[in-house]
Amino acid sequence: MATVPQIAPNPVPPAPEPVEAVQPKKMGRFNVWDTPWFNTRLLVGVGIITVILFMGVIGPIFWDTDLASERNLEARRLPPVGFTSIRGVEGTWDHPLGTNNFGHDMLAIALVGAPNTFILGFVAASIGMLVGIILGFTSGFMGGLVDDIIRLAADITLTIPALMVLIVLNSVFDRIDLLTMAVIISAFAWPRPTRQIRAQVLSMRESGYVRMARLSGASNIDIMFKEMLPNLIPYLFASFISGATGAILAAVGLETLGLGPQGAITLGGTIYDAYTNLALSGNLWWWWGVPTILLSIMFVGLLLINLGLDEIANPRLRRGKK
Amino acid sequence: MGKIPLSYLLRRLTITFLTIWFAATLIFIIPRLAPGDPISAMVGDMQNAGSDTENSEAIIQGWRERFGLDEALPVQYIRYLGNLATFDFGYSINAFPTPVMAIILRALPWTLGLLVVAMVLTFLIGNFLGAIMVWSRTPRLIKAIIPLGMVFTSIPSILAALFLLYIFAFVLGWFPDSDAYAVGEITPGLNLEFIGSVLYHGTLPALAIILVSFGYWALGMRGMMITVEGEDYMQLAQAKGLRPFYVLYRYMIRNAILPQITAFAITLGTLVSGQVLVEYVFQYPGMGRVIYENILAQDFPVIQGAAFFLIMLTALAVLFVDLIYPYIDPRISVGSIE
Repeated sequence: MATVPQIAPNPVPPAPEPVEAVQPKKMGRFNVWDTPWFNTRLLVGVGIITVILFMGVIGPIFWDTDLASERNLEARRLPPVGFTSIRGVEGTWDHPLGTNNFGHDMLAIALVGAPNTFILGFVAASIGMLVGIILGFTSGFMGGLVDDIIRLAADITLTIPALMVLIVLNSVFDRIDLLTMAVIISAFAWPRPTRQIRAQVLSMRESGYVRMARLSGASNIDIMFKEMLPNLIPYLFASFISGATGAILAAVGLETLGLGPQGAITLGGTIYDAYTNLALSGNLWWWWGVPTILLSIMFVGLLLINLGLDEIANPRLRRGKK
Repeated sequence: MGKIPLSYLLRRLTITFLTIWFAATLIFIIPRLAPGDPISAMVGDMQNAGSDTENSEAIIQGWRERFGLDEALPVQYIRYLGNLATFDFGYSINAFPTPVMAIILRALPWTLGLLVVAMVLTFLIGNFLGAIMVWSRTPRLIKAIIPLGMVFTSIPSILAALFLLYIFAFVLGWFPDSDAYAVGEITPGLNLEFIGSVLYHGTLPALAIILVSFGYWALGMRGMMITVEGEDYMQLAQAKGLRPFYVLYRYMIRNAILPQITAFAITLGTLVSGQVLVEYVFQYPGMGRVIYENILAQDFPVIQGAAFFLIMLTALAVLFVDLIYPYIDPRISVGSIE
């Protein structure tokens, strides 16, 4: 945690409780490295996601990712290196993370599946954000009937458990590819950014600098993009990350129910295969374990980024940290 | 008390009605966008899946008449909405004469029971942890540990469920791996043995839901507590020399917890989706298992009926929270709800 100069949220005199000694602080403001963006949580989160993405990008150079879908009946149910399966078979470096019932290589599945998950989250969140920015600004700026309609649509979409509609959709259309699925999921990714941005726009609309700009004759577009948008950047990042998290969550839910995209190897789909092939009772823990652990790490990374961005966007949350 | 203004009531009712109507319309449109007519497609899929469909011609004809598929779309649509209004979701294909509603009603008590218990526990645990994160008297060790527990919040319920199932049911063998009670050994009834069995079987699924959602409440509570901590009445309370725990409970938590209730409206959808997946992993006989089994069996009327029913329940629950909230929190004034 960077030593951020603390701005007391409330000018309250010290409470009559054991107060921790206040250390004299350096004049952090003059230190270039002392920006709220150097936030431990944010950096760790970005680090985790970068490592997974990086492995997905360079992995195929060092590892044959075709092994993810190639049946290899001679090397079935191999445990990861360093483990012994209940049949007494030891893991080999030919398949460092083991193989499943069909002899598919788990490392290859991880290398292909993780980027697919990110692509889906990225596409869905981008569309959701874009729609959110447009609708949020429109709603906050125009007010009146337009505002009412946009808010109503957002409220309705937020109330519906997205997974239910997606289940109905994917069960009827059984040939959906990864990108189509991302687009479909994005239909539920716009209400939250819309509402957040609208709320911010409303609060900024009456602020001094926006009035100043308006008095100086700046156009609405200029006020939106030059005055307001830069202030929204931490919010936009945060809302992009939560959009991506939500999209990946929905996708993983669908995939684990066996409704994932066709012809793409996904981590959720791997869990579904493992579950339906009784990997849990058959003690093939690496089959469901590898995608589960990888997804868990991804979600923790996304959470850390989000918490970090929250602290940047909302200085009050930084309170109480040394 | 007459505290809810009519306009607010009307707005909430309209939103709820529109939500349910919109979901119903989506579920009406989606199967009709698929190539071919939905009934033949369903029966065809069943045949592909190797199901027993000797009388498929009769089924197709019966269904076409049942749904009036030879009529114009608007007529079908009106009839469909009429059927929904009377909770008539049609019949299951696999268990043919069984109405979808009967299947839903069989699963519903399990889902509602698990959902309500898990939700109440999550709310209490999450808010308590969030509160003591801010309280100045909390031991440092506890303050350091809570954020670590928060990591679970980021993980989808289905992943937590898989971990718990594997560790506690398969490796350690402490808990059962499926069902809601010892099926075949105990007959359901109001006796201690049955209730004990239900609790025993419900522990892991409930734990999975609690683990992944308590952090959400804790974070929200933390934010509210920080706001409350800066209020003047807090200083007064401390100046009066009230006992710290009394201040925590009567002055801080009681003020901070009420706005948390509104968050139910936002989290409920996620919670229901998460629960469906948890039930599927634990083979818990609720709506989640119904949905999963019928995805496998390609029994579309059941999937669509169950999905619609869950959406409707969620919308009604959100309406309920919105309407009782002004009564719970006297600080809410007429205009500030929206």
